[in-house]
Amino acid sequence: MKYATVIGLEVHSELKTKSKAFCSCSTEFGGEPNTHVCPVCLGMPGALPVLNKQVVEFAIRAGLALDCEIKKFNKFDRKNYFYPDLSKNYQISQFDKPICEHGHIDIEVDGQTKRVGITRIHMEEDAGKLVHSGATIKTSESSAVDYNRAGVPLIEIVSEPDMRSAAEARAYMEKLKAILEYTDVSDCKMQEGSLRCDANISVMPEGATEFGTRAEIKNLNSFRALERAIEYEIQRQIQLVEDGGTVVQETRTWDDGKGMTLSMRSKEEAHDYRYFPEPDLVPVVIDDAWIARVKSELPELPAARKARLMQEKGLVDYDAENIVSTKAMAEYFDEAAKHTEDSKGIANWLLGDVSAYLNSENITIEKFPITPANLGEMVNLINKGVLSSKLAKKVFAEMLKTGKTPQALVKELGLEQISDEGAIVKIVEETLAENPQSIADYKAGKDRALGFLVGQIMKKSRGKANPEMVNNLLKERMQ
Amino acid sequence: MKVTTKDVEYIAQLSRLTIPESEMEKFTEQFNQILNYADILNELDTKGIEPTAHVLPLSNVLREDVAVEGVSQEVALMNAPAVHDGGFKVPRVIE
Ligand SMILES: [Zn+2]
Repeated sequence: MKYATVIGLEVHSELKTKSKAFCSCSTEFGGEPNTHVCPVCLGMPGALPVLNKQVVEFAIRAGLALDCEIKKFNKFDRKNYFYPDLSKNYQISQFDKPICEHGHIDIEVDGQTKRVGITRIHMEEDAGKLVHSGATIKTSESSAVDYNRAGVPLIEIVSEPDMRSAAEARAYMEKLKAILEYTDVSDCKMQEGSLRCDANISVMPEGATEFGTRAEIKNLNSFRALERAIEYEIQRQIQLVEDGGTVVQETRTWDDGKGMTLSMRSKEEAHDYRYFPEPDLVPVVIDDAWIARVKSELPELPAARKARLMQEKGLVDYDAENIVSTKAMAEYFDEAAKHTEDSKGIANWLLGDVSAYLNSENITIEKFPITPANLGEMVNLINKGVLSSKLAKKVFAEMLKTGKTPQALVKELGLEQISDEGAIVKIVEETLAENPQSIADYKAGKDRALGFLVGQIMKKSRGKANPEMVNNLLKERMQ
Repeated sequence: MKVTTKDVEYIAQLSRLTIPESEMEKFTEQFNQILNYADILNELDTKGIEPTAHVLPLSNVLREDVAVEGVSQEVALMNAPAVHDGGFKVPRVIE
């Protein structure tokens, strides 16, 4: 039987505020355990929360960037459960009145554009961190709780179950991350946990209208983990159904080392959160003027930036799409493009050798050793004919190692392409004198002879002769 | 009776409370009294009335995003029954 997959994502994004959501403790990452804490985030009796205005501001901004409707009336609710990472035994969240609803993201997969709905975005607080005494949670006799992250503001972005493959889920996540980065509401560091993703996955016979029972996969802290976990889970569920079993609704965790999802065997009661309105916080009413102001301050978003790169810089759709996929890459491009007229050349390098280097070193463009100015200058040197594409690769490699300017390296390495006609004529004549047979062959119509002669000349000049000039001179002399 | 002793047991478990067997009946009865009172309130016609989110006639009590030093680790851990590496030491979390 053929199966269809249904995927919905719940994404938690830590907001980039200076202080926590409901107290004034610092949100700074790291720090000794329990040093960014106070009676409010430690859940001391009698301590009262007060909402950070910037949290609302960021939530509105993210909502507008994701084409959501911003709800005027907002309240907070308590989500009750017992787990040591919660100091109060409840999490302050929004239950039935989320700040944003009905948004969407357009993704592109295999050249097709698809719209993925966003059900809601709500504001809530992060929990603390457990450091387990053993290797894993299951083998630990005890855990140490650090509440430095407790109370750090989050937005949870819940998608519609609109995705049908791991590739679509990844594309959605990448686009969402880019938009959150562009709007500057979050650091979006998946490794540090400032952007986290849970996936709800179910399978059903192809053509069915009723979704199958879903499993929720947690702990997806990279795009790769997201894609692999979904692919694994789809196969697991199909296998289970094929073997006559049934999928149970449960929470599973992704084990990256083993490459499989594992049941967390949570107790049934864990899902009885008994939400009720948070009596310690009064409602937040957002008026039109507030929304209008945030809207007017929205920075350029990926879609607009892509359009601008295509219109003003002449980039093709595919290149522009890839350049704007992260804010840092788009910024590097803009900066490099200030130093050369050849934007297309910059795009080619960024999506070619630069991306290959970033992938091989497993770093992002922020840590790329070549400055945008130097990359721009290198493109200029190629266009002026000073560097052949072969020599440019050599200079590029040296720039990676030394960080020197391309001009300095060309001199230092003696790589200047020989474009002086007199010098090239000399080598051409020398080569022709040594290879009379090739001249004869060429005259007899054997084009391969030309290639051979060019090769000889390049060898003599140690790759530095301007190939175009060599070609022209050769043809001229052999007429 | 809407609430049974089974419900009381469940709620007690969710709340991490131990209710002695001898008081089970009493709690069950009191829970039902509370719900019966809510039923009386439900008789009122509240059509077209916005639900109350908060009893105070206030909204938008907000603070500026300024970080302020909290308490020291030593003070934070003062009431902790057990401490490990600057953290609150808790027994194993998964059975
Ligand atoms: Zn605090």
